[in-house]
This record gives sequence, C-alpha cells and structure tokens, in this order.
Amino acid sequence: MRNILAVAGKEIRSYFHSPIAYLVLAIYSALCGFFFYSFVATYIVQVFRMMEMGGMGGPSPNINEWIVRPLFEGILTVVLLFLIPLITMRLFAEEKRSGTIELLLTSPLTDLQIIIGKFLGALGLYVVLMILTFIYIGMLFIYGNPSALPLLANALGLFLFGAGLLALGLWISSFTKNQIIAGAVSFAAFLLLYVFNWVNSYSSSLVGKVLSYLSLTTHFDNFAKGVIDLSDVIYYVSVIVIGLFLTARSLEALKGRP
Amino acid sequence: MIEVQQLTKRYGPTVAVSDVTFEVKKGEVLGFLGPNGAGKTTTMRVITGYLPPTSGEVKVAGYDVVEESIEARRHTGYLPESPPVYTDMRVSEYLAFVGRIKGVPGRDLKKRIDEVSEKCAITDVQSRQIGKLSKGYRQRVGLAQALIHNPDVLVLDEPTAGLDPKQIIETRELIRGLSGQHTVVLSTHILPEVSKTCERVVVINGGKVVAVGAPDELTHRLQGFESILITAEGPRDEMKARLERVEGVTLIEEREVFDGRATFEVHAAKDRDVRSELARAVVESQWRLLELRTSGMSLEDIFLKLTTRDLSEEESAGSARPETETKEQ
Repeated sequence: MRNILAVAGKEIRSYFHSPIAYLVLAIYSALCGFFFYSFVATYIVQVFRMMEMGGMGGPSPNINEWIVRPLFEGILTVVLLFLIPLITMRLFAEEKRSGTIELLLTSPLTDLQIIIGKFLGALGLYVVLMILTFIYIGMLFIYGNPSALPLLANALGLFLFGAGLLALGLWISSFTKNQIIAGAVSFAAFLLLYVFNWVNSYSSSLVGKVLSYLSLTTHFDNFAKGVIDLSDVIYYVSVIVIGLFLTARSLEALKGRP
Repeated sequence: MIEVQQLTKRYGPTVAVSDVTFEVKKGEVLGFLGPNGAGKTTTMRVITGYLPPTSGEVKVAGYDVVEESIEARRHTGYLPESPPVYTDMRVSEYLAFVGRIKGVPGRDLKKRIDEVSEKCAITDVQSRQIGKLSKGYRQRVGLAQALIHNPDVLVLDEPTAGLDPKQIIETRELIRGLSGQHTVVLSTHILPEVSKTCERVVVINGGKVVAVGAPDELTHRLQGFESILITAEGPRDEMKARLERVEGVTLIEEREVFDGRATFEVHAAKDRDVRSELARAVVESQWRLLELRTSGMSLEDIFLKLTTRDLSEEESAGSARPETETKEQ
C-alpha cells in the first residue's frame, strides 16, 4: 500500500509540476462554466415562459432535468473524451521515453503496484476536475432547489465514466514512448466507444446489440436519469478492471524486449 | 554475491547473450568489458530484474531474479546508461521518492538522503530541479538513487559515459570507495577504466564471455611468451647476432634504429627471465646498454585480440577460455 501511495503521490506531484494539470483544469473549468451558464440561462427563459403561460403557482421546471442532466450527459462526458487522454498519455509514454521505466521496473515494486499507483495518481487529478464541477453545481443549491439524489447518481456516473477512460488511457499509454501517439490513439478509441450505440438506430442485429452494449454512452443513460443500476456500475467497474489488466499484460510484454 | 549461470537472452530470433556464466564475490568490483552491442546492457538488465532471462539462472544475494524477483531487487541498486531521473523533480524530492519505492523506512529517509547526497557530492544541489543540472550532476544523482537503500549489489551501466575528464576521475574514485561494502558490477567499453577501477574483468563479445580474470592476469595468460625491449648503442648486426645466441631467446626483432642506437624486441619462452643474460651479453661485448624492460600487452591489445575473429588460431598459444568455436552464430 505504501508503495502504491508513493507512486500515486509522485504522479500527482508531477502533474502539478508540469503545465498539464493547469491546462486541463483551465480547459475544463472554461467549458464547464460556459455550458453551465448557457443551461442556466435556458432554464430561466423556460421559467419565464411557463410563468407567462400558466401564471404564478404552477410547478417550475425541474432543475435536474434542465441543467444537471444536459450538463453531465450531453457536455461533460464529451469534454472528458479529449481531456482524459491529456491526463493519461504521459503515464507510461513519458517513463519509457526518459528511461525512468527502468527505475520503476527494477525497484522492489510489483507491476500491479506501479499500475494501480499510476491509476490512482491520474484519478486524483480527475477528482480535482470533478470538484470544480461541484463548485458550479453548488450555486444551484444556493439559488434553487435541485434534488440531491439524482445529482449524486449523475456524479457517480461521471466518476465511473472518467475512471473507465483513465484505465483504458493508461493501457494505451503503455504501448508507446510517444505521448502524442498515446493521446491521439486514446482519443480515437474513446470516441469510438462513445458512438458505438449509434449502431442501434440502424441495426438491430446481434452485432448491433453487442456494440451498443459495449458503448460507454449506453450505460450512462440511467445515471443521467438519476437511477443507479447495478449492471451499469458493474459495466464501468469491468472497464476499469479490464483496462488495468491489459496494462499489466502490456507491461509484461514490455519486459520481453528492450 | 552475484551468480550468473548459463544465461541466455534472445529477442525473437536475435541472440543478445548466449551461455554466459560468471560469479562476483562479495565486495568485489567487476568490470564488464566489451564493444558496443556485445550484450553488456542486456546482461545487466537481467541481473537487475528488468528483463527475464530466456534460459539460465541468475542469483543476486542468494535470491533468484525470476522466482524471488522482489527480494533480489531489494538488494540491488541500478544505474542505467542514462540516469533514470524525473527532470521536473527537485533532487531531494526525487531521492525521497526512490527511497520510498525501494523500501527505506520513513523515519530513516531524511538521514539516508543526506548520507548519499554527501557521498555523491550533490548536497549543494539538493533543492535544485534535476532538469536544470549538468550531465555530471545528473549522473551523480543517478548514482545516489542507486545507493539510497544501501544495496549489497550495485550495477552500473557505463557510469562514466558522457562525463568530462575531471568528472570521470571523480566518479572512478567514488566507485573505488564503494568497493568493500558493496559488490559492484560496472560495464564499459573504455579500456583504461577497467584497469583503474576493477579487480576482475569479464570480457564479452558477440554475447559470449571470451575471458575472465584480473586485468594483469589476463595480459599474462594471453601472451604465450615473455617480451622484452632492449635498447643499446653499438653495431646493430653484431648486437642482433649476439642477443640471438642468448639461451632461451626464441625471436628477436629490430624495432627502431636511430643514431647508432638500436632497439630490439626479444621474445623468450614463457616464465623464463632472460633479462640478466641479455644485459650481460651487451655489457660483456662493450656495448652501452641504455634501456631494458619487459613489455606486457596493453589492455587494448588484449581487447583486440579477444574480440577479433582469428582468435581461434591464437588460442593454442594462449589459455583464454575457449569460447570461439560458436562465435559466428
């Protein structure tokens, strides 16, 4: 455990030593801020419209449905598709390029400790991103009355979604010593996983169903509606486990050649 | 401390190291000598547990590097060819990280960092960012990293590569200072380094061990004869004829003739000292003896001899390890 934390701590520190953390945080908060503002504005317009039609006393539109859900499901998942590669692309690629991978692999650390340490380090930065989101969401609680439970479902969904991408990005980063390649391949892979469920709209074959099941988006639906379904949780946890497992395989293969 | 038994490492069809066997005793400094691409780095990577061997057995401090890899790695410090430093970290921060992953207990960490920093003369740069340090300092930070957990075995891959002459001397002194308490294996393709720092040498070429021994022992073993250089003033042909008659002399060659002086290289049977007879022959003939000395083979000669292909012909004369027949592989 101490070893895992040492590796995780090193990763987090090196994010904040380099411009990457600040860049990711800046991009994220700018995009998140803009879309949050625009959903809030749409919501307010809607509130006024309903007041004009129904007069006072009618139920105001649901904040969760009008702000939280579109923000999480429609925007943040897409933003993560290109921000997560920025976080994961360096994890192994940089170690391989600078030769520090030799230090890690000749230290008394197991492969799994290295992998989990790196994963937790990246997850740490991701959690900081999520906390930023909740600064915006917190404002909703000050000026409105969103329901907390569906919001938590959304947050849990987004957390698992991001963690799954991090695990896959970690794996892809172990293929190459070039960060750009790792980043580009990760983005392409994430995008594909994201759009796989579109197949559903034109194919009802078995392949279509399987692809749609594999898609990251399919399993976000329930979370977005505020429902925590165990099968969705299992899906994302499996993505994480598979990502970490494949990274372990890849690290083993790495040792077979120089 | 280190046992390497019939180690073979293949990368797909290419054989990087083939059937290498050697042993390093506790406290010894072993030099690993060979041309670039001979398999030095591969062997070291197997010893440090970075690469698994294709076949054969390697033990460090009694632990098998495959079966008990973690335990073996705990006893090994490794400095790869380029120091494995994180350029965005400060020196002290880096050493603290390496100390933690190498299992230095938290309460000793600060003390160990200070100790190795002092040993490697990097105390004054402890708070500097590694990326901004010169190559020499980075190399020393790399060495400090290898020492942080006070390992029994130190593996140094070309520790002086890319340093300036002053830094090279300092590094060598540092390594010599480490022998005794640590067992050191270092690789190099620079010959003087071996004779200056190592007690024993393993010469490797084309993935095979071609000779093992102390530097001067190798010289002696490889040369099938004693070689003596003699310079005297006098009639050249007469001198040559007289020296040839000295008992035990097998060959005499003129090396240099200048201003009435002649230098001859005299070969005599191995383990036979003909120097005093040579001197007497010259002096009794009333010629003036100017110089008389034995000339061993330089390490360069040995190296070239061992790593060139016609070794097999020379083999009958010398007694180097007969590994040559499979060298074409």
